[in-house]
Amino acid sequence: MANVLINAPKTVRKGETIELKALILHPMETGFRPGVDGRLIPRNIIEHFTATWNGVEIFRLKMSPAMAANPYVSFFAVAKESGTIRFQWTGDRNFLAEGSVMVTVT
Amino acid sequence: MRLSAAVGLGTVFLATFAMAQGGKDQRRSGYQDMSPALQKMQDDDTANPAMLYVQVGETLWKQKAGASNKACADCHDSGSMKGVAARYPAIPPGGDKPVDLEGRINLCRTGQQKAAPFEAESEELLDLAAYLARQSRGMPIAPTDDPRLTSFRAHGEQLFKERQGQLNLSCANCHDDNAGKKLGGAIIPQAHPTGYPIYRLEWQALGSLERRLRNCLIGLRAEPFDYGSPDYVDLELYLMDRAKGMTMDAPAVRP
Amino acid sequence: MTQPTRRIFVTGSLLVTVLPLTSANATPDAMTAAIKDVVGEARIRPGRVTLDIPPLVENGNAVPVAVSVESPMTEADHVRAIHVFNEKNPQPHVFNAWLGPRNGKAVIATRIKLADAQKVVAIAETSQGEFWSASADVIVTIAACTEDVK
Repeated sequence: MANVLINAPKTVRKGETIELKALILHPMETGFRPGVDGRLIPRNIIEHFTATWNGVEIFRLKMSPAMAANPYVSFFAVAKESGTIRFQWTGDRNFLAEGSVMVTVT
Repeated sequence: MRLSAAVGLGTVFLATFAMAQGGKDQRRSGYQDMSPALQKMQDDDTANPAMLYVQVGETLWKQKAGASNKACADCHDSGSMKGVAARYPAIPPGGDKPVDLEGRINLCRTGQQKAAPFEAESEELLDLAAYLARQSRGMPIAPTDDPRLTSFRAHGEQLFKERQGQLNLSCANCHDDNAGKKLGGAIIPQAHPTGYPIYRLEWQALGSLERRLRNCLIGLRAEPFDYGSPDYVDLELYLMDRAKGMTMDAPAVRP
Repeated sequence: MTQPTRRIFVTGSLLVTVLPLTSANATPDAMTAAIKDVVGEARIRPGRVTLDIPPLVENGNAVPVAVSVESPMTEADHVRAIHVFNEKNPQPHVFNAWLGPRNGKAVIATRIKLADAQKVVAIAETSQGEFWSASADVIVTIAACTEDVK
């Protein structure tokens, strides 16, 4: 289970625009850094991040080695219906992490 | 709740800063020397990378471990850990020399849980230290007035003022005599350990005060003390006394 | 016999110095090429995009960045994608984000790595096929004492 920190308001009025934040522990090794032995440390990054609201994609991000370690992203979404917002991260070495949060829309 | 915590902490820092400007207390924490963008990263618990470690620390706190099959939470109510990080290093019961917070965690791990100690700077040890330090956030640094600590603290002060390494500098040369000035592009902080363990951008990870001190020693081109050396504990003892009364902002973000 | 050999030698060595040496770092040209890959021949207009990034950062490992684009974010008129590029890292991309009317606001915040003082460029692509951009110059400082090992 990857270490993720997701933040979204628990309850929101229909039609309101809410901020969604996602933070995940990951080295985001660029592949350009030399190690102590002088050889390049192999690349190991998260490449894709997607967010869905009740299964409908609301946001997609393609990350490059220029993203900081332990990547953080915040974006917005309009609250239409109650349900589950799911986040998924995939990357090098078959990396897969998921997290979700429930939002009640009144 | 979180927003008010962030605003509250911001206010505490502004108040500390205002007091410092008033001539009463000239001490500044590393937080005050950071750019607003980094201060914002630290203040927001939903964006502070150190909170990823606190999160795991909370899980480890509740996890049974060792031959005793006990969790930290079985003996310690997490609320009762408020103020602990703010008063360490201290001499543990039955001991005769001080240990730092990580050392104390390992004493419980081996003595109470009957489990293998965590390795120095290991992720689990940092997770637990971050979780504990978080409980002291907002509290003043309050070293105990145990008279047995006096000689260790004096040794720490001696280490702080002793020139070392190929650069032949002492901690005091930079952090007492030249704090506030720039070294390269970086502001020299006064070196008050108000935020440890810290998420240091340079490390791209959370690390302990011991790691930061090793960093400085390497920077001086001095031989760093061994991991776990009592010299680090004595230095920390002196630094925490030097920072007495300042507000803990752990786990902090630093460049 | 020596004259033609010398001429060939001099021409040869000039060619070698003129040919671009493989560099570890991207160049502004690499950034231009990367932008062209995304935008094609379309015109990129400055405006509508705000690239919020500190002008001076204490450490290039995690630079806070926010990109916001003025847009009604309706079905008919919204930001489809935001692309961010850099000019001095080893490769020119930073991130690409895909959005839609469901986002309500075309605002993204994240943290990026910058290897050196350089220009960062953000390009927004609208649902109507227009490209808008903003750029910012960032000075990157590093820690005075760096460590090689823990």
